[in-house]
Parts: sequence; C-alpha cells; structure tokens
Amino acid sequence: MQKTVKLLRKPITSTVIAILFGFLVASVVLLAAGYNPAEAFGALFNGVFSKPKYLSNVMIKAAPITLTAVSVAFAYRAGLFNIGAEGQYIVGAIASTLVGYLLHLPAILQVPLVILSGMAAGALYGGLIGLLKARFGIHEVLTSIMLNWVALYLSNFVVQSKTFHQPNSTATYPVQQSSYTMLLPNWKLSDEGLAFLRQHKWLSEILLKTDVNFGFLAAVVAALLIWFLLYRSVKGFEFRAVGSNHAAAELSGIPVKRNMVQAMLIAGALSGLAAAMVITGTNPHRISTLAAFENNGFNGLSVAFIAGSSPIGCIFAGLLFGGLLYGGQSIQAEVGAPTEVINIMIGTIVFFVALTRIVPALADRLERRGIRHAE
Amino acid sequence: MLNDLSLLIGITLMYSAPLIFGALGGVISERAGVINLGIEGMMTIGAFAGAAVGFYSQNPWLGLLAAGAAGGGMALLHAVASVTFHADQTISGIALNLIGPGLALFICRLYFDGATMTQPVAHKLPKILGDNQFNSVTQNINVDVTVPLALVAMLILWFVLYKTKWGLRIWAVGEHPAAADTMGIHVRGTRYICVILSGILAGFGGASMTLAVIPQFTPVAISGQGFIALAAVIFGKWTPHGAYGACLLFGFAQALTVFLGGGKAPVPSEILAMLPYLLTILVLVLFVGRSAAPKADGEPYEKGVR
Repeated sequence: MQKTVKLLRKPITSTVIAILFGFLVASVVLLAAGYNPAEAFGALFNGVFSKPKYLSNVMIKAAPITLTAVSVAFAYRAGLFNIGAEGQYIVGAIASTLVGYLLHLPAILQVPLVILSGMAAGALYGGLIGLLKARFGIHEVLTSIMLNWVALYLSNFVVQSKTFHQPNSTATYPVQQSSYTMLLPNWKLSDEGLAFLRQHKWLSEILLKTDVNFGFLAAVVAALLIWFLLYRSVKGFEFRAVGSNHAAAELSGIPVKRNMVQAMLIAGALSGLAAAMVITGTNPHRISTLAAFENNGFNGLSVAFIAGSSPIGCIFAGLLFGGLLYGGQSIQAEVGAPTEVINIMIGTIVFFVALTRIVPALADRLERRGIRHAE
Repeated sequence: MLNDLSLLIGITLMYSAPLIFGALGGVISERAGVINLGIEGMMTIGAFAGAAVGFYSQNPWLGLLAAGAAGGGMALLHAVASVTFHADQTISGIALNLIGPGLALFICRLYFDGATMTQPVAHKLPKILGDNQFNSVTQNINVDVTVPLALVAMLILWFVLYKTKWGLRIWAVGEHPAAADTMGIHVRGTRYICVILSGILAGFGGASMTLAVIPQFTPVAISGQGFIALAAVIFGKWTPHGAYGACLLFGFAQALTVFLGGGKAPVPSEILAMLPYLLTILVLVLFVGRSAAPKADGEPYEKGVR
C-alpha cells in the first residue's frame, strides 16, 4: 500500500498514465475508423526503431522542440506563459540565416557567431514581451500572439528581399558552409571518410543519410544549464519565487519586474538557439516563405507540459514527441490511416497531463483509507 | 470614394465575424472563471463540421448548427477537465488545440477521399441583401449573414451579463466562486454552461469562415483566428462589447492591408501584413494598459478550500 501511494505521488507516474491514455484514445479512434491499431502502432514503432537513420532523424526532429520546450518550461517556472516561443524561434532563424550568409569567417568563429546571433535575436524578441508586461502591464499572451505574426511576416519579408532572396526559389540563400553544425561535415564526404564509412554500415547510414548534428546535444546541455540555474542558483530562486507568488516575492525585496524581463530574455534566447541549430545543422540551411506557422514553438508548449515544466523532463518528452511526429508518418504509408491520428494522440496525452492532479489526490485517498484500515 | 469606403467596411466586417464569435466564446468562459485557450481548436472543429455537414446536407444552416454542436462537444471536454477534475486549464486548452485540428483533418480524410479539405458547399450562408446585387457599392457592403448574427450575439451576451440575474451569477462565479457558492449559486453548473456555450460560439466562428467567407474547409481555413480572438478578449478587457470592438479594429486593420495591398501603397505586402498586429500592441501601450482579468480566472473551485 505504502509503495503504491509513493508510486502514485511521483510526477512520472502521472505522465506515464497520460501517455497510456494517449495510445488508448488513438486506438479507439483507429478502430472506429476501421483500422487495426496494433498494425498502426507496429508501423509507428518500426518507423522509429527499425533503422539507425530513423533514430537519428528522430533526434534531429526532437532537438528544436526540446529547446523551445525548455524555453516554455523555464518561463512557466518564472510565472510567464511563453506562447511566443514560435515568434522567438522565427526571428532566431532569420538572424542566424542572415549572419551565416553574410559572414565568411573560419568555422571556429563563424559557428559561434551565427548561433549567438540567433540567440540574441530570440532573446530581444522575448525580452520585448517581458518589457511590455513589466512596463505597461500588457498580458504576455496577447503580445506573444501578436509578435508571433509579426515574426512570420518579417521572415517572409526577408525571404522576398532583393539582397537575400535566391532567384527561382521560395527561400533565401543558404548560410556559408563554415556555419554548419553537422557531425564531421567535411570528413564524411572526403575520400578517407567515405572509405572508412564503407566498412561501418551503421555509422555510414547515420552520417551520410541524415543531417546528424549537434542540435540535440545543445538541447541537453541547455536543459541541464537551465535546471542548474533554476534549482541551484540564487537567481533561479528569485525566478521561481516570482513565478509562484509575485506579491510575496516583491515584499521580500525581489525586483519582480526586472526578473520578468530577464526571464523572458533567457526564454527567448533558448527559442532562438533552437532555430540557430536547425539552420546550421539541417538542410536546406536557410529560411523559406512561411504560409503558416511551422509549430516549432507551439510544439514546444506541448512538450513542456508533457514534461510537467521540468527542464530535464523536456529532453525525454521532446524525444517522445519527435518520435511520434517522425514515426507517425509511417502510419499513413504502411497502414493507410491518416497521420493526424498522431496529433489526436499527442493532444490526448497533453489533455491527460492537464488532468494529472487527480493522481496525487488518488494517492491521498488511498493513504487515508490505509490509515483507517490500520486503525 | 464611396466605392473604396464601402469596400473597406465590407472587408472589415467579413474578416471580423469569425473573430467576434470566437472572442465572445472566450469572454463568456473567462467571465465564469475558466480560461479557454482552446478556442482555436474549437473553431477548427466547428469549421470542419460546418463545411462537411453543409456539403452533405446542402443546407448551410444545418452546417452552422453542426458547427456549434461540434465546438460545444470539444468544450465539454474542457469543462469536464477544468471544472470536474480541477485540471490545469491552460494545459487543457492547449491540448484541445491539438485534438481539434487533428480530429478535423482525420475525419476529413475519411469522408473526403483522403483529402484534407472538404468539397465546396453548394450553398453558402446567405448575404444580407440577397444574391442579385449589381451596384458595386451595395455589392461591397452585401456582407454575409454571419455579420449581423455576430452583432446580435454580442448584444445578447452583453444584455445577459449586465442586465440579468443570470449575468450577475456568472460574474460572481468568475470573481469569487466561494462567495457565490455561499449565496446558493451552483458554481460548477454555471461554469459548465458557460464553457459549453463558449465552444458553441467558437464553433459558429469556425463555420462563419467555412460557410461564408470561403465555401469549404481547408487545413489553413482556421490558422490563428482563435488566438487572435483570445487576444481580443484580453484587449477588450473581458467584456462582450470590448471584445467586439477589438475584433472590429482587427478586421479593419486586415481590411486596410488588403485594400492597400493592391499596389495602392509603396510598401511591401509583408510589412503591410504586420500592421494589424503592431497596431494592436501600440494601442495597448498607448490607451489600454493594465489588463484586469476576472479574479478567479483559471482557478479551479474546490469547496471548502480558502
């Protein structure tokens, strides 16, 4: 009994239950539509695990949404709802594309500069949201929604501009090759590299058939750093104090408004980093005309919530999300069921995550009953 | 001149109608103390249900009803989560934004040969002046019937909230549920009704896109209107008339971009397209300022908890 109660209180338990419900609801939807859920999930599983390159692609897909999720989770801890991660991602992509195209430096300088410019752009954009809230009291959700659209049109403006538009395309020029953050981009295409890879099938599949890059590593490092900042530093304590009760934080002398702006600067930088890693690490290394949002930021919201706003949790939730998105494509290819079943499934998981307050409550009830029995 | 003016008015009204329904949905839900971030998802499912039923039944009014029902059904999920299970309303709303479009596209593929868009409906919702308008000015202001319907919806909601016993109860539940409870108001019931109504309105909003503005559902028919409606709720300080005004302003800024976009202004169209959003922020900075949400907005009500 004690064990069950303890288990139910762990946050991970609720998350696992939510994920199970996601699969359950997706099965019901598939059954109702006349498809075999077992086959569909088999296809999903194979689409993720059956080849090394699939796994590599899942990680590539997971990297940006993990980073935007860390951005959202961090802001959430600091009491801010960063629905603007989408916009911060977009301006990050613009900045890193422009800087990566305009600069012609050796990689050792070029890569950091390109990434930093993406982060800086995202930070400024996020900071603006924080500033508008701190200075004028404008709800961050409102400014975020507006600025997301401004970012989208700004991106399209840059794509169409004379200086950056690549003729006969719907995109800008790509960044210089010295900005690339793929794993061993030059070696893997050299004679020596190709000769080596011919003997190592596994590696060659990952290196040659996917854009394996440092994006996911960046996401893991960022998540760890944010965890450290939040839970092992004075500054992080201030952020969390403002997040959990800003009146109390203010009374105890914490500068609430300054913390708001700083938190949004950091959150924006994380979303900008997500974009910079995508631009430098994956084809086509440039921005294209956006007809609608690409959801890199919005997916981060879902991932952050699945992770219970824990920065470390975002890594695993990001992988799960990336796996579902990537593997989900094979459901349509192999079973014929609409891919959107994955969206329904992810939505259901998030929905049940929202409901997880019941699980600890259930634990309390179990415990009380246990005590009564003991008496 | 008269032609241009009427065109501007016509486009403004056309763009704002779907937003108004969505925003009114947001107002009623949040007035009762339940944050509804799922408006976008409810509008999408409504947009699909409206277009699909409108296509198969050949009756746009049936489509509109179906849209309301679909939106209301989604909202019921939100109500169960946030009222009965005290769920985190922000997260639950975001979940609906994933489930709504997912479900809409999934069902769409099943009923429309694997396509993510429906066939165009045979009959759209009628225009206020009927079909045969040959004068360009009357043609311009011959808006969809959803435009006056949106106005009526706003007036009714305003009347209910400010002039009736019912409205007072909704205010009480949203501002101080514990006090409302001691006065004998059924907090949970009130919240259920308001959340479901909010979904029905959002569904209408979706359908006023796919049964009036365009004649079919497409994956991008609803792309962001729900969020803009949400912004209009905050902008309009959680009041029906405020939100209505905010949506009109938004529609006007959109109309201005369409109007100026036809080569009439020496500004790139992408920059013009940013205008509505920048204008909104500017207006907020200059005039509106601090937002005042209902006090218990987003707080689950638990009996006996202070």
